Amino acid sequence: MPKWSKALLWLGVSLLGALALGTIALHRGENINAMWLVVAAVCSYAIGYRFYSKFIAAKVLVLDSTRATPAERLDDGRDFVPTNKWVVFGHHFAAIAGPGPLVGPVLAAQFGYLPGTLWILAGAVFGGCVQDFVILLFSIRRDGKSLTEMAKSEIGRLGGFVAYVAIITIIVVLLGAVALIVVNALKDSPWGTFTIAMTIPIALLMGIYLRRLRPGKVLETSAIGVVLVMLAIWGGQWAAHNPAMAKIFTLTAPTLAVLIIIYGYAASALPVWLLLAPRDYLSTFVKLGTIALLAIGIVAMRPTLHMPPLTRFIDGTGPVFAGKIFPFAFITIACGAISGFHALISSGTTPKLLQREGETRMVGYGAMMAESLVAIMATVAACVLQPGIYFAINSPAGIVGQLPEAAVATISGWGFPVTAGDMQALAQAVGEQTLFNRTGGAPAFAVGMAHIFSNSLGGQAVMAIWYHFAIMFEALFILTILDAGTRVGRFMLQDALGHIWKPLGRTSWYPSILVTSALIVGAWGSFLWQGVKDPLGGINSLWPLFGISNQLLATVALCVATTIIVKMGRARYMLVTLAPLAWLVSVTFTASYHKILDPNPRIGFLAHAQQLAEKAAGNPTHTVSQLIFNDRLDASVTGVLVILVALILIESTTLWIKILSGRSEARAKETPFVLSRWVAEEQP
Amino acid sequence: MRAALRTVSTLVRKVVGILQRVGDILLSALREIFDESAYARFLARQQRTSSPEAYASFWKEQETARARRPKCC
Repeated sequence: MPKWSKALLWLGVSLLGALALGTIALHRGENINAMWLVVAAVCSYAIGYRFYSKFIAAKVLVLDSTRATPAERLDDGRDFVPTNKWVVFGHHFAAIAGPGPLVGPVLAAQFGYLPGTLWILAGAVFGGCVQDFVILLFSIRRDGKSLTEMAKSEIGRLGGFVAYVAIITIIVVLLGAVALIVVNALKDSPWGTFTIAMTIPIALLMGIYLRRLRPGKVLETSAIGVVLVMLAIWGGQWAAHNPAMAKIFTLTAPTLAVLIIIYGYAASALPVWLLLAPRDYLSTFVKLGTIALLAIGIVAMRPTLHMPPLTRFIDGTGPVFAGKIFPFAFITIACGAISGFHALISSGTTPKLLQREGETRMVGYGAMMAESLVAIMATVAACVLQPGIYFAINSPAGIVGQLPEAAVATISGWGFPVTAGDMQALAQAVGEQTLFNRTGGAPAFAVGMAHIFSNSLGGQAVMAIWYHFAIMFEALFILTILDAGTRVGRFMLQDALGHIWKPLGRTSWYPSILVTSALIVGAWGSFLWQGVKDPLGGINSLWPLFGISNQLLATVALCVATTIIVKMGRARYMLVTLAPLAWLVSVTFTASYHKILDPNPRIGFLAHAQQLAEKAAGNPTHTVSQLIFNDRLDASVTGVLVILVALILIESTTLWIKILSGRSEARAKETPFVLSRWVAEEQP
Repeated sequence: MRAALRTVSTLVRKVVGILQRVGDILLSALREIFDESAYARFLARQQRTSSPEAYASFWKEQETARARRPKCC
């Protein structure tokens, strides 16, 4: 293509993106079409990828495709395997895409569609994609080292320790928060509970089928599993309408929480092939298919957004979670814009598969763009709902009242009209008894998704099927993460405890497995229990806690990246990682301050504890004492994390200053250059 | 007319070729994500044929690595 036509093409993309962003940002009073969000996103990603990531690749990282990657040098056919870049892209995307980009944007929609959309786009292009890209490349240049190992070798022992503590805390808080989402989605829902319960025997059956009947035929087994899951969704109707079955599967939140805790413990101790792997295959199959379906549904239906661009709740009085737009919109969106957890995957399996350094751009930067697009689709799914319905689903009873009449009166009073009849009709359409107070984001996302799907395929008659399909999709996702996360946490704990007493570090020693599994499950289970018992719905405290710890891990990853850039002698480009780092520091530290010390009891953990203590007037019941303890625990976890990250920031900054002032030698600990054999093969 | 048909058939062949390549890559990606490729590599490395015993050995080798692999949120 001639140079001038390329320039013209990119000028066109820029103008279209600017028009879409302008429409999103400046339109007031009238509903806009969701396609504006999609167009703005696609144009932003295209420009970010074509220009910004290319600049980073060429100037900052100086990618060198003649340099042999660990996949080539250490090829063992097991961990290190040179793999096609598109295959690695799919693998990487499947590992980074979880429920975060679906739930976060749905919760943040309480501010309107504008703040979430802008942060998802800017956060991904300048933050999340950059983080994933640079960490992937730096890991490749260090034989596939993990983030913790890189933090230890490039910053210091404290860096490694902080990364370790942040990771294990995130895992625990994340598992507690996502388990609560499942509980809130399934409570008093016999249809949903039946479907999810059925996925356990289906996964076990798949495990046995794979092991005994068709060894290694995973795609075939997963396809069978998907058919069985669809039958389970269909059968859920029968479970909901049969009085005896409905009684068995209509469970309260505490009962569901106990069952999930028992499941988490059992799943962690079972062999991987029996439950974890088949469930993982099943959920990945459903996940990739559903994301593709959702994208097709949005493009086919081109729905109108009913949520305004900004709501009155930007002032911090929101019912879904309390707190002002800054910093709470940013920590709530989490993985859709930037996720510290991705740095673990970018320094995990992916760097051991790539054949060339040049491919890190497409895999690292590109896969995060795809994840960000999923977050945009989640925003669309939440914002196609009438705002009154969105708030009725997502507001806890503690804020809007227990009875439907009280809830609709409160929500309508906020300027978002909704009636008890509307909610009843909607609940009936999706096959639920009620949709009031279904906090956590999953039910609202499922209603939005069912709305989009049923309008594109099948009409209102199949809305209930689509709703339960969406609930199954999210719950399946989350149960896989519970299972996998508990195991990862267990291994990390075993590694640490092995330093104290060797047998505890043996990952196959059953007493150690049982003890460490119990510790990890107990830790996230206590957060889950706290959420279930919280009169404000639990998500109000748990999701921000997860968001803060996740973004603090991103802070650690960006500290490591900036340090390496400085050590590479490319300090003039350090703003590439320093700018998102500075932003994240301001967001996470401000959010942590508010969550610990804000005088508003709906925001500050300590203020809430004090309010409860004052109400109890020196004679608190067991439940109140428990709530007070939980608040203080949450405040302590947040405080410890912030202090640790502040320490790593100080250590990194000191190192940068020493290097930049010439008092310390700038030497990044890279594996020495080896010429790639692909270069020799390609040369005539 | 014949020239037009030839152009169309060339175009169709090209499109089919592209679709086939996309399909192949998609299938390869799925095989990698779903560990089918890893199992094939294991069989090649160990010079074994697929069987319940071989699959059990594959999982024995994979178990720890797989369980340590984080899934994002």
